Amino acid sequence: MNFHPFILPFAIGAILLFAVITFKFVMWIRNLDRKQRYYVNKNFFSFKTISAIWEIFREALIHRNIYKKNPLLGYMHMSLAFGWFLLIVVGKIESSFYAGTMFEEPWLAIFFKYFAKEQHEYFGAAFFSFTMDLLLLIVLSGLSLAIFKRFKSRFLGMKKATRHNRFDRIALASLWWIFPLRLLAESNTAAISGNGDFLTGSIGNLLKALPVESMELPLWWGYSSVLCLFFVSLPFSRYMHIPTEIVLVFLRKWGATIGEQYSGLTDIQINSCSRCGICIDACQLNFAASINNVQSVYFIRDTRYGSLTDNVANNCLMCGRCVEACPVGIELTLIRQQLRNKAEIPGKHYFDYNKAEISKNKADIVYFAGCMTHLTPTIIIAMKKIFEEAGVKYWFMDEDKGLCCGRPMRQQGYIQQSKDLISKNMRLIASSGAKLLVTSCPICYKSFTDEYVLDIPVMHHSEYIKTIIDKKLIKLQKSKKSIVFHDPCDLGRGSGIYEQPREIIKQIGELHSCELEREESLCCGGSLSNAVIELETQIKIRDHALEVLTESKPEILATACPLCKKSFIHGNKAKVMDIAEIVAENIILQSKIKTVKERSLNSTKQIRTKIN
Amino acid sequence: MKNWGFNISKPRVIDWDSADTSEYAKIIEKVPSAQRCLMCGACAATCSASNHVDFNFRNCHLKYRRGQFEGLAEELDKCMLCGKCKLVCPRGVNTRAIIYNMRIFINNLDYKNIEQ
Repeated sequence: MNFHPFILPFAIGAILLFAVITFKFVMWIRNLDRKQRYYVNKNFFSFKTISAIWEIFREALIHRNIYKKNPLLGYMHMSLAFGWFLLIVVGKIESSFYAGTMFEEPWLAIFFKYFAKEQHEYFGAAFFSFTMDLLLLIVLSGLSLAIFKRFKSRFLGMKKATRHNRFDRIALASLWWIFPLRLLAESNTAAISGNGDFLTGSIGNLLKALPVESMELPLWWGYSSVLCLFFVSLPFSRYMHIPTEIVLVFLRKWGATIGEQYSGLTDIQINSCSRCGICIDACQLNFAASINNVQSVYFIRDTRYGSLTDNVANNCLMCGRCVEACPVGIELTLIRQQLRNKAEIPGKHYFDYNKAEISKNKADIVYFAGCMTHLTPTIIIAMKKIFEEAGVKYWFMDEDKGLCCGRPMRQQGYIQQSKDLISKNMRLIASSGAKLLVTSCPICYKSFTDEYVLDIPVMHHSEYIKTIIDKKLIKLQKSKKSIVFHDPCDLGRGSGIYEQPREIIKQIGELHSCELEREESLCCGGSLSNAVIELETQIKIRDHALEVLTESKPEILATACPLCKKSFIHGNKAKVMDIAEIVAENIILQSKIKTVKERSLNSTKQIRTKIN
Repeated sequence: MKNWGFNISKPRVIDWDSADTSEYAKIIEKVPSAQRCLMCGACAATCSASNHVDFNFRNCHLKYRRGQFEGLAEELDKCMLCGKCKLVCPRGVNTRAIIYNMRIFINNLDYKNIEQ
């Protein structure tokens, strides 16, 4: 039997690792909520499982996502993960051929060079020996990049690296030592028995000058102990992402998503975070306002170790840039919402002051301006003009006494209150008998599409204007004005509407692009989700965003969100206009009342006659 | 005593020496801009909730500052956190954060998943 006491640290470490991981997984899967369980049960035996396995191969081993974002970082991670994986697999095959059985001692593959001293012929010996050396070289190249990155992260395209905690440092240090020690141990053995290939063999030749006989066992003991240390610290460090991510990919493919309340999937996502720090570079609070302890990576870390403070949980714009950047695909903003959840008072009802239960107006279209739009009345005037020009029968739902859509409450963790608002609004919308709901505010739009249960389609006004242009209900005049479009967070990243507003702009003026747009677009800083930062910080974020947006000196900075407009307007960099305003300004009037002035005169007359 | 249909209103003098301002100190720590508030009432004028019911942020803020917490919890529950008040504030006070923190402190509202 191939045995030596130095395998014991490795064996103990591996058994402990297996036990802890199994325990954690069982706990998390037991804590999945009802909806997540339903999806798991439904899709367990389906093609989705196969596509999950393919994705695990692609993402967990090849790291295609990181590779696309940053090739050097991608190579670094791939050489470590895929290289190590192949070392294990190829090593296992090699040792099986060597032993002539599939069921050789499990540690034989790990310490193969030590036990395979007495050369005997086995299938593919030369090939395996070469491959193993090559793989070790690849892993070592990745490792040296990783060590280099830790000290000079800028060279690998990372502006900021994550600050580590104790467990991470232990795991990281042991990980750094595993492969150099393996190289030394194998080379040392190769120097004694001559079983090395191009790498271990040549380093072995160099080592021959040293007392190799007495160095051999300490090196193998060192290799085994470092492996043990890594295995024991893995479940408590950031390297827990290695096993957890596999489970996450399966659950995601089966259709489980983060729900309202903290659940097992939240734990799985939190543990899938490798703390790579890509989200730090994506965060505007970091690069525009120099706040650098609240980013998603720190939020997730604090949540995992139970040291989360309300300051970290609340200090987030929820713009979703980090979600877009995350190579693991963790639903960071939704997790943050869950952590903000407040204890509920069962049975309590809020907002009973709302008297409007049933709509008296019947119309084809319900128009919900939203709270923010009421602060930018020009958008409302423009929308009214567009509706009238298109000749549709609409009902302005919150013209006089409107309720909030519920999203601000939801984002601050008041689920009960938010649901109260939602049910009140839903009843009102349903009673109007309309066939379409149009809103001017992306925040409301996101709420209507995600939280409300409506029988009718919901459209943001940019979508709606696009459809009426396509139906030729309104005609627009083209000018040569240069326009840059700013993607509002909840409309772009939140709801995936990028094209409609751009197509409208193309029909009116010349659309210019800017450096950061679409998925990468910046937040205006006015976000309601952040209950910590003050005006001074918001101004920093806004000014940075304005700088990026107005780099090409456009005549008009267009946006589709009243809150963005309100924030940017104080920046005094360019003329800020909402999509609806631009359309209303360039509409070719076809109705009887020709100008806005006449229209206002007309309405004054109507009011006068009413009074009289 | 005979009921004449009239009564004597309670004295409305606020004694600063006995007023409990320790709670308000917590708010200032969370939202330093609270100190900039000059109680102009722009927030109350724009409020979505005050459109429906007698509620205004200025009043709540003033009461909290003076340590008059009676009935304030129910009053604060009327807010929808829509944030209009924050946008109209001429002094750049983060009114929304103030009302959010007042709610948390006054109701002793614990986060479900955050250990304080």
